[in-house]
Amino acid sequence: MSKKIYLDYAATTPVDPRVLKVMLPYFSEKFGNTMSLHSFGQEAKQALEESREVVADLIKAKPNEIIFTGSATESNNLALKGVASTRRSLSEGGHIIISQIEHPCIMESAKWLESQGFEVTRLKVDKYGLVDPDDVGKAIRKDTILVSIIHASNEIGTIQPISEIGKICKEKGVYFHTDAAQSFGKIPIDVNKMNIDLLTASSHKMYGPKGAASLFVGEGTKIEPILHGGGHESGLRSSTVNVAAIVGFAEAVKICKKEMKKENLREIKLRDKLIKGVLEKIPNSYLNGHPQKRLPNNANFWFEFVEGESMVIQLDLLGIAASTGSACSSVKLEPSHVLLAIGLKPYQAHGSLRLSLGRWTTEKEIDYVLEVLPKIIKKLRKISPFKKI
Amino acid sequence: MTKIGLYTEKVMEHFKNPHNMGRIKNADGIGKVGNIICGDVMWLYIKVGKDKRGREIIKDVKFETYGCVAALATSSVITDLVKEKPLEEALDFDRQEIVKELGGLPPVKIHCSVLAADALYEAIYDYFKKQKREIPEKLLKAHQRIEKDKKEIEKRYKEWIKIEEEMYKKR
Repeated sequence: MSKKIYLDYAATTPVDPRVLKVMLPYFSEKFGNTMSLHSFGQEAKQALEESREVVADLIKAKPNEIIFTGSATESNNLALKGVASTRRSLSEGGHIIISQIEHPCIMESAKWLESQGFEVTRLKVDKYGLVDPDDVGKAIRKDTILVSIIHASNEIGTIQPISEIGKICKEKGVYFHTDAAQSFGKIPIDVNKMNIDLLTASSHKMYGPKGAASLFVGEGTKIEPILHGGGHESGLRSSTVNVAAIVGFAEAVKICKKEMKKENLREIKLRDKLIKGVLEKIPNSYLNGHPQKRLPNNANFWFEFVEGESMVIQLDLLGIAASTGSACSSVKLEPSHVLLAIGLKPYQAHGSLRLSLGRWTTEKEIDYVLEVLPKIIKKLRKISPFKKI
Repeated sequence: MTKIGLYTEKVMEHFKNPHNMGRIKNADGIGKVGNIICGDVMWLYIKVGKDKRGREIIKDVKFETYGCVAALATSSVITDLVKEKPLEEALDFDRQEIVKELGGLPPVKIHCSVLAADALYEAIYDYFKKQKREIPEKLLKAHQRIEKDKKEIEKRYKEWIKIEEEMYKKR
């Protein structure tokens, strides 16, 4: 196969050409500042507000509940630090609950808040990466201000019982935030039915451009900004608005909404073919995450006696883009905290491989992966001093 | 040197087609270093012979490695660098030679070159030991350092597991 095969859609997605087309006028023609009173500014302002309606509509929120930001990392920082700030200014301190498998931007924000005097509980997950809603209920204390649980894992794709967790938080009167960067636009979300107070979404994970994301902040939810300035986004995110990116984000949302059902079925079929094929063809291979409660586009494995970085580079040499949670591939030389949290030993996490599918993944591509991956693993195992399998 | 992503072309060449891969049956010395717990594992096999002048040389050398691209490339390149080398010279092997030969390594991967050099020292140590010969001081020191490192990693790992377990208990 001469064409490159991209199976790292969970890292980022290409911008859909339909999205790009809608964005282009907003660079040089409709370039106005949304805060300007003249027609240039008002044109941009209108595009911004229309985009807000589109993004809100996908999760059954009201337009005034959507705050546009620059990245999911920013949205997550705003959710945690913004809610924490409402307490801290009153010197109340507070307790925050997250899970052990959050994205680093939640993990690190929580760690920083800990250094500022907040207490953090990190909930355990089961071997599939699922949080037990009962654990959330048990962990909530009088001074708990926020529960933040990732909707779908960026690494292993496990989808959390968000509705149950939301219900418990509502009953106990605690804010519930979910990082939906991987699930937004891919699976249905209803912030009302799911009792969500805050929700993070990202444009570049769903065929929109980088540099646009959003935070849903339910009406009445108390939150302070972390960026102060000209008062953009209802005062919650001062910064000149990146209109082109946000218009692209909204167009991406429209497409995802329209095609979600069909695309989900298509991706699930391909994903399951990939999972089945890998587990059948490769000895001592295991699936990470839940067999059913997982994102339609995520497959994550670990292979005994194979190191992840070597696997990813071998695949890359054959034109296949994938990802690993191996320590050797990380800056800190530590294995993925998500894989350790689901009970993998460090050496097992070293052998992990994530293949994430997307809009342009074809069956032919999956067949090709199933043809070459067993050979790569066989080769790497042959080089290793361990049991020959 | 041209780089392809993280690694130099030379690293990638060795990664794609490793030299002297496999094991030597009835090896005269085997160096086993690294730890699967923390990542890379290298086993280096040597066969010792004599050259025309009667000096002991590394007649043959092979490796088996589990690890990342850098671990595989450093294993492969060290076999090239020490093959046919007098044992005496190999004792003075400098790991910088590996980095130089590969045209550089990313800073986080330098430890792979340390591991490869250690595998060589351990293989020669094993040879001397099997021969019941007096072990040169330099080699003995290297061996002691490697053993110490090994124990420390195991200790650190055990402590880490302990901390994790306690964290779980607290909840």
